[in-house]
Amino acid sequence: MVVETGTITVKSGLAEMLKGGVIMDVVTPEHAQIAQEAGACAVMALERVPADIRKTGGVARMSDPTLIRGIIESVSIPVMAKCRIGHFVEASILQALGVDYIDESEVLTPADEKHHINKWDYTVPFVCGARDLGEALRRTAEGAAMIRTKGEAGTGNIVEAVRHMRAVQGTIRRLRALGDDELGAFAKEQAAPVALLRETRDLGRLPVVNFAAGGVATPADAALMMRLGADGVFVGSGIFKSQEPARMAQAIVQATTHFNDDAILAEISAGLGSAMPGIELSEIPELERLAQRGW
Amino acid sequence: MPTIGVLALQGDFREHCQRLRSIGVATREVRLPVHLDGLDGLVLPGGESTTIARLLQRFGLQEPLRERARAGFPLWGTCAGAILLGDAVPGLDRAPLGLLPIMVERNAYGRQIDSFETDLDVPALGAKPFHAVFIRAPRIASVGSGVEVLARHEGDPVIVRRGPLLATTFHPELTSDVRLHDYFMTECVGPAESAAKALPTLAGGSH
Repeated sequence: MVVETGTITVKSGLAEMLKGGVIMDVVTPEHAQIAQEAGACAVMALERVPADIRKTGGVARMSDPTLIRGIIESVSIPVMAKCRIGHFVEASILQALGVDYIDESEVLTPADEKHHINKWDYTVPFVCGARDLGEALRRTAEGAAMIRTKGEAGTGNIVEAVRHMRAVQGTIRRLRALGDDELGAFAKEQAAPVALLRETRDLGRLPVVNFAAGGVATPADAALMMRLGADGVFVGSGIFKSQEPARMAQAIVQATTHFNDDAILAEISAGLGSAMPGIELSEIPELERLAQRGW
Repeated sequence: MPTIGVLALQGDFREHCQRLRSIGVATREVRLPVHLDGLDGLVLPGGESTTIARLLQRFGLQEPLRERARAGFPLWGTCAGAILLGDAVPGLDRAPLGLLPIMVERNAYGRQIDSFETDLDVPALGAKPFHAVFIRAPRIASVGSGVEVLARHEGDPVIVRRGPLLATTFHPELTSDVRLHDYFMTECVGPAESAAKALPTLAGGSH
């Protein structure tokens, strides 16, 4: 029998398996073990958590392969890692290291201001950030097998993730009312391919899994994003910048499962210590916002 | 009409619900023990087995599931679900449900770049091959007594069954072929339902 690897079914299939779960940013193998013990469905390896990238500045790049290998060896759950937008060599290195998913991420400093990676070239699947439906489908057209909201990473402020999730879901609701003859004009407005818009309309949702990311800091934030239609949640700085990372991580995992159960949410939100300190969006100059990286 | 629960702690439970509904089966998402009441069977979907194992324990689902299984309750695990049904899972840091005498090795085919799709010969489903999607799949390394192997891939069992318990190491919920969902309903749930109906008579009929 013929055995095929790297197909879109296999790539998007792993994202399907991550649904209803929490993917946590980790910098070290110790972080990764805390995340796995708390019930994370995957970890994301990166050089510094977004809150630290924001604080220390400079160019943020792919993690050192030694750290990524260490993380892969320390846990049995899938390991994702970030590369810079357009940096197809970082992506190739991550694939060679055996990571399970690559995040072509605006959280790192972009390597190309015009071109994203041609993700069809890879056996390993990619996740990409998006602020609206057009951006989500442009990334899908480039081969992304999973989408997440960009939110505003490292702020502990959920407002941008909510904005992006509502933009995607709201536009899908508008799209569902359109006839075939109206798709061309809509494709122009959204700067997205007609075929993917048609598929999205017929499915009533994105053709690939859509997670929330960028600003999740509490169990309530995670449940909010799930109720707004997210398939699962990425938590970056929200775990390891909180007062008690292990407890916060476990509570966010449970909130993502029981997002519709107010009594359970009340119970698991109690006594977690302080969440990460947040940043009001108006304090961040337009040019320093990570979400505006990529197009 | 039978109602089948789909364990909805984490993973691709939505796809199992869709497939079951497409063949006329009512479904219910199961997150707490109380959600098990009145079900005719339960599907444990694909997902991350370490995550699901923790949530099963945290929300008290393990014992209710074991009790029901002892009474002949039909269960079907796919991928992570098959891992959880097993009775020996090296490296899983929580006890699996231990309902099916199979030893399951996690991530046995390698990492995500080694995930694959292929056709399987499944005589129980007819002559047409079954297209199977394996995602960071586990391998059934050995099967205990009474476990029937319904299909193999490169020699390893990939569909196994013992009475009302079914396990597959791949994801039939990710493709549109519903023959395995049909099989679970007719071969696992159907006989269990008949047996449950016959039970009061056999036991002397208290009501």
